[in-house]
Amino acid sequence: MAKARNLTVAEHTEAKARHASAVLPLVVSNLNYQASGHRLIERVSFALQSDSCTIILGPNGAGKSLLLRLCHGLIKPSQGSITWGGQSPARAHQWVAMVFQKPVLLRRSAAANIEYALAVKGIRRNSRKQQVEKALTRAGLGHLAIRRARVLSGGEQKRLAIARAQAMQPQVLLLDEPTSNLDPIATYTIESLIQQICNSGTRIIMTTHDLNQAQRLGDDVLFLHKGRLLEHTPADEFFARPRSQQAAAFTEGKLVY
Amino acid sequence: MGDFHAALITSAQLIVNFDPALAEIVLLSLKISLTAVSLAALIGFPIGAAFALYRFPGRGLAVVLINAFMGLPPVVVGLVVYLLLSRSGPLGPLGLLFTPTAMIIAQCILITPIIAALTRQTIADLHEEYDEYLRAIGAGRFRKMRTLLWEGRFSLITVVLAGFGRASAEVGAVLIVGGNINHVTRVMTTTIALETSKGNLALALALGLILIALSVSINAAAMGIRNVAHRYYG
Repeated sequence: MAKARNLTVAEHTEAKARHASAVLPLVVSNLNYQASGHRLIERVSFALQSDSCTIILGPNGAGKSLLLRLCHGLIKPSQGSITWGGQSPARAHQWVAMVFQKPVLLRRSAAANIEYALAVKGIRRNSRKQQVEKALTRAGLGHLAIRRARVLSGGEQKRLAIARAQAMQPQVLLLDEPTSNLDPIATYTIESLIQQICNSGTRIIMTTHDLNQAQRLGDDVLFLHKGRLLEHTPADEFFARPRSQQAAAFTEGKLVY
Repeated sequence: MGDFHAALITSAQLIVNFDPALAEIVLLSLKISLTAVSLAALIGFPIGAAFALYRFPGRGLAVVLINAFMGLPPVVVGLVVYLLLSRSGPLGPLGLLFTPTAMIIAQCILITPIIAALTRQTIADLHEEYDEYLRAIGAGRFRKMRTLLWEGRFSLITVVLAGFGRASAEVGAVLIVGGNINHVTRVMTTTIALETSKGNLALALALGLILIALSVSINAAAMGIRNVAHRYYG
């Protein structure tokens, strides 16, 4: 996956298609993560195939964001393994993008933020402008292209972060609480964008603790509780017949201990 | 009081009339300090950024030392540079002692640790904010360093201004290695020291006023840059 030279958009799309099958499935085996003597992720195992939107659901502190970071290779597990199509997260990096809960935006314009990500990806300078325009338009941010990214509203910043990740044409998009702290209208806009990305064939894996959102967007649900994976079931089944006591309590809106 | 009043009026006249002797000293001071600060920035930025981004054995000690060197005594730096450049010193054959170049070297040694230490802190703060994102998109180490230096550009301008302030106000080191030679190495601070000892308060006061104005301008510029950055870049 090493970049030998800068790519045009067409070359990149072709390369993406070529590697589509190489990145999935995501296989997580007996994953453990420990910090300061505390087990934050404990014996988590699952496999995700292509073509769906997976929701990592659970209360605060369940380890959802941590699991996403581990999957993207940003943190090394204490034990266990993570593979993307048989490759390590570091090797699959080019085909997996991540959007953090708090959008990390550079101190430059909205357009320049996307262009920077494309430059890192190795897209040629003359192809970038078109890609940037497309990404901004898709996210409904075309009119904010020259606006400084860090002075945009919370919802716009989140949309920009998603647009920037999507502009890199990933096979898999990891979204960490993409609508946290947003009002219903901004949430609706972001959910529509996620749906649109999912429909375009990008695999979505996202964390949330919002049950309604999980029902609206999810095809399958990974339910985490205190660092342990209690369920991995299709979303319909999860909400109709949760298997674990904790998941049942969570879906009923009760406090989960 | 009368003497001070008279000196103040004469010094104001020197400034307003753009006295050639005064102008020569001010211009030489600016040339030396600006060159020194440019060189120090070229050296200090990458050193500071590398200390912030890379982990290597002895890094902790290096950071402590660079922070400690921010307070290097100018006369000691002057003495060391003097010994290095003196005829019997290792760099004696270059014939740099009592030249503006020697003064640039001394000022550069004094302000490089300041620029490097403040750059390290700026980049370390930015690194905390951007590290995961930059790793997530696969930015290499060198690109990461370049990106963070650019992201910290407004803070780094303030760092450079702080370095310039220290360089232009410095007297001990440049006096030792420059020799305070008229028309050659005489700068504002050394002239103030000399003219005060001679009792020529007017020129000393005029240069003092210019130095203070320079200091105020530098601080105003730093504040302006910070405000602009906050308003436009968030």
